[in-house]
Amino acid sequence: MSGVPAADNPAADNPAADNPAADNPAADNPAANVPAATGPRGADDGLTIFERSKPGRRAFVAPELDVPDAPLDELLPAEYRRSEPARLPEVSEPEIVRHFNRLSKRNFDLDTGFYPLGSCTMKHNPKLHERVAALPGHAKLHPLQHPRRAQGALELMWNLQQALAGIAGLPHVSLHPSAGSHGELSGVLLTRAYHEDRGEQRTKVLTPDTAHGTNPATVTMGGYEVVKVGIDDRGNVDLDDLRAKADEDVACLMLTNPSTLGLFETGIEEIARIVHGVGATLYYDGANLNAIMGICRPGDMGFDIVHFNLHKTFTQPHGGGGPGAGPIAVSDRIEPYLPRPQVVRRDGVNGDGPSFDLDYDRPKSIGRLRGFQGNYGVFVRSYAYIRSLGAEGLREVSEIAVLNANYLLAKLREAGVAEYLPAAYDRICMHEFVLSGAPMKRELGIRTLDLAKRMLDFGVHPPTVYFPLVVEEALMVEPTETETKETLDHFAEIVAEILREAREDPEVARNAPYTTPVRRLDEAAAARKPVIRQAL
Amino acid sequence: MSSYVSATDEDRREMLAKIGVSSIEDLFADIPARLRLAAADGAPGLDHGLSEQEVYEELRALAARNISSEDELSFLGAGMYDHYVPALIDAIIERSEFLTPYTPYQPEISQGGLQAMFEYQTAISELTGLPVSNASVYEGPSAVGAAGYVAHLTNGRPRFVVSRGVHPHSRETLSTLSRGWGTDVVEAPLRDGATVLPELDGEVSAVIVQQPNFLGAVEDLTALASVARDAGALTICACDPLPLALLKSPGECGVDIAVGEGQTLGNRLDFGGPSFGFFTATQALLRRMPGRIAGETKDMDGKRGFVLTLQTREQHIRREKATSNICTAQALNALAGVIYLSWLGRRGIVELTELMLKRAAYARERLTAIPGVTLLHERPVVRELALTLDAPVARVIDRCLAQGVNPGYALGRDYPEHEGGLLVAITERRTRADIDRLVSVLGAAVAAERANVGAPA
Repeated sequence: MSGVPAADNPAADNPAADNPAADNPAADNPAANVPAATGPRGADDGLTIFERSKPGRRAFVAPELDVPDAPLDELLPAEYRRSEPARLPEVSEPEIVRHFNRLSKRNFDLDTGFYPLGSCTMKHNPKLHERVAALPGHAKLHPLQHPRRAQGALELMWNLQQALAGIAGLPHVSLHPSAGSHGELSGVLLTRAYHEDRGEQRTKVLTPDTAHGTNPATVTMGGYEVVKVGIDDRGNVDLDDLRAKADEDVACLMLTNPSTLGLFETGIEEIARIVHGVGATLYYDGANLNAIMGICRPGDMGFDIVHFNLHKTFTQPHGGGGPGAGPIAVSDRIEPYLPRPQVVRRDGVNGDGPSFDLDYDRPKSIGRLRGFQGNYGVFVRSYAYIRSLGAEGLREVSEIAVLNANYLLAKLREAGVAEYLPAAYDRICMHEFVLSGAPMKRELGIRTLDLAKRMLDFGVHPPTVYFPLVVEEALMVEPTETETKETLDHFAEIVAEILREAREDPEVARNAPYTTPVRRLDEAAAARKPVIRQAL
Repeated sequence: MSSYVSATDEDRREMLAKIGVSSIEDLFADIPARLRLAAADGAPGLDHGLSEQEVYEELRALAARNISSEDELSFLGAGMYDHYVPALIDAIIERSEFLTPYTPYQPEISQGGLQAMFEYQTAISELTGLPVSNASVYEGPSAVGAAGYVAHLTNGRPRFVVSRGVHPHSRETLSTLSRGWGTDVVEAPLRDGATVLPELDGEVSAVIVQQPNFLGAVEDLTALASVARDAGALTICACDPLPLALLKSPGECGVDIAVGEGQTLGNRLDFGGPSFGFFTATQALLRRMPGRIAGETKDMDGKRGFVLTLQTREQHIRREKATSNICTAQALNALAGVIYLSWLGRRGIVELTELMLKRAAYARERLTAIPGVTLLHERPVVRELALTLDAPVARVIDRCLAQGVNPGYALGRDYPEHEGGLLVAITERRTRADIDRLVSVLGAAVAAERANVGAPA
């Protein structure tokens, strides 16, 4: 097992692996003989911030009361006042800092290790972006500042709109939506507005089995019925099934290309012909845009509406589950319905340069889907990224993302993994690939879940598991362009090692992980009798 | 130019050889040739890449063309507020361990984020007085929309009654979203700043109000919720979290769903986002909640731990029958929220809000002493007050801006019936001296406009 750290080695390159499971006496835990109170984790008592509370402690000191005091009853009648204060914790600043620092050490993160979470594009988050986003001119700008006094922000947004339009190959961009699923919902509502404006009441939206996971819920919220389209034996949309289901009741086809199988839809032009032939719109879920930037463009493929995930493709840090942003690009026929306000550039007069403004006068707009102008702090980071890379850099991103994915797939095959974890479809993949753990489950008696849990002991984040649903025991691997060849080699060795280990004793994987702050958690009990807040 | 890739030329050759292709181009063979861009085209319209230093300078120059809350004396509010953000928040949320992971799909290596969500849920539940909180939604107005969808799923009735005191962005968002699932939205008017509900019938799915409302007025939430309950409708309240330190909680008032904008809890203004939305509800609505929820459980050794729970509500499991399509929300912003609430603490949040209340009362008294300035309503207020100016508001604002004072938000665009309306926010960052300066500058501006002398500077 060259180069692979022993999984039960406390020095493994895993932030959660120092002094593994210090207070875990389980007999099958290889670390059980480590004394409980040694090492940095000895200080971690696992208490919540509420359990650290002690009456009389405080961090906040209020500014001086510099206006005349007045009885509370005069300012706010008792009938409107709460009887008991909210029981927030009473803690000092040092305790708060220590508490959250300790919590942070119970997280695995992208800055520490490999995070090939398929469909999530866990690429490096450049540090420059945090610095520029924190500049007071960006971070402390009030959203209702008059556009005249927010020209830098509006120019940045306009420039970002132009850049995204160029990448998508579509002429109009709205930065309004807050995340990918919010962009999808905007897209479905735009489709609805487009059809209704033409006097048509359509009822169905087509989604292939390889669509992004949020699509079906989005369709329902948009007031449409979901109609599934199958895939063929190469993993592409089944064109015959599509032809059979595409009729005048269909409002839209939502497609992810490359699909969630990591495969490019080779029949995309025919798909566009079929969909447009019945008057429906074609929607591009941008979850997998990282594969094609500067290589090809959704607009050229015939898509009418595209959403971007700025937290995937454009390096907004994922934040443990947000924030993100989900701008949309659209064709001319969809433009009148875009959310408002829209950032516009106005030509200068009398020799002045151009100016930027917020345009609310959009009578056919679907309206707002949120407050203010979108997640501007995210735009600052993504704009900085696009300026750093430029056209050639973005193309290189997609080239290396695809190279890394195909290399890792080849490397896994070479390591003998394919026998137990074959690729779901034997093709050149795009930026990610999907393996099936079905043979592994059958022949080694460990499930994809077990494999993933055992990976935790090796200091890598597991790939996405059990998605897409069309692949049994799926494992979806997206290495991204920012990983080194050595990291990919190491990951292939880890997978091979876990399979070797399972051949000898499947119980090792079945009971993994061993070195994490907690071991497998009882999710069924959590759902059966939910404890979702602290009893105080 | 850096694209942050590490692959050397030698790496690329070795990797291509391992794959068994001769060039990177070959990897894109599945893309029809007609669709392929020439390498030279790149992404049309984009320039060449820049060095880190050059990008920094460009972003700094753009920032310098914005007038931020550091550059003027600002009384702007209307949904986002210039509160002091303590230094410890930046120090904690910039840690890579919080900044760079994703949704905690693997709970064994995500206990930090999950426990923080659990603590956040507890703190927000305490503020709203409702037992069930999720781990965040996008932001305030879309939280109102998400609450409407829960009401729709719960009783399926065809109409929402929304108070005109609800933030205009929330009302518009609700209208946009409810067109999708087909619920009508009708408006309840305001009288002297407070919501007047129409007769409610069995067709009303939910009554939607805001506390304090957009005009700063404290609503009689108990009475409104009681009317809604009698009609069998849900009550949804959008609330401002800091005033809840003093106000009777939505839970105490009989509200079913309390949502709101979380920016004021330790988040930056950021020209409107990212911030977070909070979403809390009664126990009865637990299984209809949107978004992530963290729950406490035990691991296989009996050790305490946290997981994402009740996931059968969510889009990736329940698919088209999910309670929402939300996936990525605002975990990092919600983390800032729970750190902020811990920093304020049980007594601090009351002290902070009382300070704002008293300064707002002082501002109210001083500002209405200006000739031509009156109160738009007489309701109690906490942090924000609505004035009526007997002068053209836009011109008055321009005069104040020329003196380095941003006096607030002009109400006329959203409320044509209050063409002379000005909404003034008094956060704890605005001292007595700041308020006195506002009084002097606004007084002069109103006087000048009433005398109709000169043009705005």
